[in-house]
Parts: sequence; C-alpha cells; structure tokens
Amino acid sequence: MAVQKRVPQKRKQHIAARANKLSPSGIRKFFDLLSSMEGVISLGVGEPDFPTPWHIREAAIESIEQGQTMYTSNSGTPELRKELARHLKTYHGVDYDPMSEILITVGVSEALDLAMRAMIDPGDEVIHPDPSFVAYSSSIILAEGVPAAIPTYEETNFELSATAIEKRITRKTRGILIGFPSNPTGAVMSKQKLTEIAELARKHNLTVFSDEIYGKLVYGVEHTCFASLPGMKEHTILLGGFSKAYAMTGWRIGFAAAPKEIITAMTKIHQYTMMCASTMGQVAALEALKGGQDCVTEMVEEYNRRRLVIVKGLCDIGLSCFEPKGAFYAFPSIKCTGMTSEEFAERLLAEEKVAVVPGSAFGACGEGYVRCCYATALSDIEEALKRMKRFVNKYRVK
Amino acid sequence: MLKNILKILENDARTTPKQISDMTGIPRAEVVKVIKQAWQDRIILKYKAIVNWDKAENEHVFALIEVKLEPEKDVGFDSIAERIYRFPQARSVYLVSGTYDLLVLVLGKNNHEIANFVSQKLSHIDGVKATNTQFVLKRYKEDGEVVEGKEEVKRQPVVL
Ligand SMILES: Cc1ncc(COP(=O)(O)O)c(C=O)c1O
Repeated sequence: MAVQKRVPQKRKQHIAARANKLSPSGIRKFFDLLSSMEGVISLGVGEPDFPTPWHIREAAIESIEQGQTMYTSNSGTPELRKELARHLKTYHGVDYDPMSEILITVGVSEALDLAMRAMIDPGDEVIHPDPSFVAYSSSIILAEGVPAAIPTYEETNFELSATAIEKRITRKTRGILIGFPSNPTGAVMSKQKLTEIAELARKHNLTVFSDEIYGKLVYGVEHTCFASLPGMKEHTILLGGFSKAYAMTGWRIGFAAAPKEIITAMTKIHQYTMMCASTMGQVAALEALKGGQDCVTEMVEEYNRRRLVIVKGLCDIGLSCFEPKGAFYAFPSIKCTGMTSEEFAERLLAEEKVAVVPGSAFGACGEGYVRCCYATALSDIEEALKRMKRFVNKYRVK
Repeated sequence: MLKNILKILENDARTTPKQISDMTGIPRAEVVKVIKQAWQDRIILKYKAIVNWDKAENEHVFALIEVKLEPEKDVGFDSIAERIYRFPQARSVYLVSGTYDLLVLVLGKNNHEIANFVSQKLSHIDGVKATNTQFVLKRYKEDGEVVEGKEEVKRQPVVL
C-alpha cells in the first residue's frame, strides 16, 4: 500500500491586526549589520555611557542582601512616592499627593502606554510633534487612537507652535503629547511657548501628556515642567523617569504624576499588566533621589562639554547643526550631501564605521537629518567627527 | 572659568587648549592665558602620569608612615614637616588630625630601603616622637583611577 508522504507545511502564524499595524522598524537591517561589525564608533545609542553612580547601585545591592525581593504595592513603594512628591515640589513647584497622584512604572515607556490606554477611546486623536521619540505614535496607535503629527522645523528651533496645533484640533482631539527636551532634536521649549500650548489645553479641554524624561539634562536654559504652569496640573499627565538623568536605563523605573482619577485609571491597567515595577529598581530610584544630586550635575557638565565639541565639529564639517539645549542629541542636517538620511547612515557606517540614526526613523520631518548621540567618550566623538569630515568632503554636492 | 578648565585638566592633563576651547566655548587664546596664570600661581602644580608600577615590572614598595611630633620651643610643625618632605622618598606629606600628626607616603625600592629611611632619617629628626609604618600590600585605586579592572561601557550599539 502506498503511503502518502505528508509534506509538513509551514503554518502561517496569525498575527493580530494590532501588531501588524505597527510600522516595522525600517532600519532593522542596518542595526543587524552594525552589531556584526568591528571598530564602529556608535553615535546611535540613546542612553548615557556612564554606569549608574555607585551609591545607587550599592543601595540596591544592600536591599537584595536584606531580602527585599518581594512585590511592592501596585503603585510603588510609599517611600519612593513620597520622596518623588517632595522632589517634584522642590524642583518644579508642583504638589502631588504621593498616595493618590503618583504611580511608579516600568520606565517612562510603560507610563506612556498606560496614559494612552487610560485616556484614549478608539478614534480619539492625539497631537504630537514630528520628529519625535519612536514610541509616541505607536503608543497612540496601540490605544486605538489616531496620531496627528505636527511638523516642527529647524528654522523654528524644532519647537511646537500653538498656532500649528490649533489648526489640527478637531472634535476628536483628546490630547497633546509633548516631549521636551526632545529626542531626537535636543530642542527645549521656552516657558513662553509652553504657556501658549497651555492656553490651548484649557480652551479645548485637552489632556497634555508631557514626557519630561530629559528634564534634568539642559544646558544654560531652564526646563519648564508643564504641570507647573498656572492651572495646568489638572490638564497634565507628567511622565518622568530615572533612565537618563541618573544613568539608570537598565533598572526600568519611571513614573506618572497626574490628578487622582487619572492615576486611579492608570493603576488599574498597571495592576493587571505589570503588578508593580521591580523592587530593587525602586530601591535604587529612592537612593537616586535622596543621595544628593551632585552626580547628576557632574554628568550634565560632562555632556555639556561634549555637546559644545560635537555641535562645533559638525558645523565645521559643513553639516549645519541647530544648537540643542537639552537631552544628549545633536541633529545635524545632511542635506548638503544630497542623500536621504537612511542612505547617509548606511553609507557612513559602511565606509567610515560611524553609526548615526537616520532622522526619518523619528518621523517624516526628520528626513534630511541624522541623530548623533553625544553621550559618548570625547575621544570617540573627536574620532567620529574626523571620519564624518572625510565622508562629507567626498559626497558634498555643491 | 578657571574652575571649568582645571576640572578638564585634572581629568586629563593632555587636553590641548584647542580641545578645551571646543569643550567650553572659551576662546583658545583665553584658555592659554588662564592656564599660564594658574601655572604661575602654582594652582597647577605639575602635569604627570598616574603609573601602575606593578605592571611595569619595577621593583618598588609603598608605605604609609604615621608620624607623631613633639612640639618644641620655636619649632612649629611646618618646619618639621619641611625637614621630612625634602627627602625625595617622601611622595606626599600631610598634616592630619587625630592620634598622630603627619602622614607620610613614601616610595622605596624595597622594604629594606624604607626601613632605612625610617630608622636612619625620620627618627633622627628633632621633634619626631614616634613613627608607625604601614607597608602597602596592594593599590586598588590611585588618585581617582581604579588600578585594575576598570569598568567598561557595555551598551547596545543602537537605541532609538
Ligand atoms: C523621549 C523618551 N521618552 C521615553 C524614553 C523611555 O524611557 P524609559 O527608559 O524610562 O522607559 C526614552 C528612551 O529613549 C526617550 O528618549
């Protein structure tokens, strides 16, 4: 009897539309190439090159030794929430009740997701700047909202203008998501410009999602906490974290501060999806707040030196560069090469072994720019600039 | 401005005025002037390397010597300290609070040389009442630099 051989067919996995809808990272190939190369200087990272300050690590180690290895309260440890409330009061002059208006999350990443899911109904529109952090539009889409990107331009310091926002406001507009100091541009919004946005929020009754993760990393200017603007606490979900200022990216601790009803809603989602943020991470975060801020000052001073070197270096090469006043990114224009930003990044990597991130990864308005992170040793920045100079000289179209 | 420049040089004495100018925005000529003045004012004492002698296969021994002084008429601690720091073996000399008065860091070729320094030189100085010598067994950190096993930066090459 002939036995029919069954050829095992590779079953095509069903993937939900929710995941399919998210744009795949177009530059994945580029990253894969990068990790297989040697001798690359990467200006492509988005995190500090300092390890977490020792006193913070030490506090976490001690807590592990003492057996603090259980879940914490869903909202986060009371000690951390109280210290955070004190910190927000001292540095920004905003009052949050630690027990009902603060939620400790797994990074700003989770806080952003929770905020969107708690506030957005299907079809609601959320305005956000373009270019901006890659997770912004995705977090809106995952909450079944509709991202409404507002172009920002080098000529106007990559600031978000209230006039442009107002034109995009419809009956469906639910909120505005801002992130200043900005990844990828390094732009900081002036208090004046933020106040104009605050007026819109009041007039149209909008929620402002304010990602202030880079708030402590500013150079010669002041960061304005959106919630500190008159009447804005009621309109704001403040998202903040420890990743950048305290060099704690791997600890995964962030927070949301907002009016009670909002925090209650976010906490509901958080308790079912996350339970709580990591216990040792919370211990470390508490030490970061309590243990004196000198380490932050020192890191900011060092970033500032590198910032001045890279901005001047890029301009000298002929890549005109807007002066970033915050975060740790420079966002030079590469238009003089006639390449797209993806082309520029790929060829710079292949020919000179310098990694930068194409501006187009951050939105359509990022086209023509690349993001260079200067949280990198000065000697590497200097070497990268030399290589980029060679590259730009070769391809400059005049 | 001076403080900014000093911080940079303290971290790396080889940083050039041009580099310092790029890092601070202070014009190069101004940087040169400030450094020259700091040098003249003995704010900058010396530019030198921190050497890990263990790796250089160079025979050497460090010792920390606590020195108790006996104040004498007309002779202050400063002049006794001077008689000690003039010896080239004394790398660092500090007046300290606590149970003894001077802390002297000495570098010698071997134990014998250090023993000689203590018994033949130090203890003969007028005003030195007692000494307590501690040989250094291992240097872990020198002037802010970890001697061995410095932490490396381990990051993903790209993070958006
Ligand atoms: C603007 C911005 N927001 C949020 C995050 C994520 O931060 P966290 O580590 O707190 O999740 C990043 C990280 O790159 C960022 O650049």
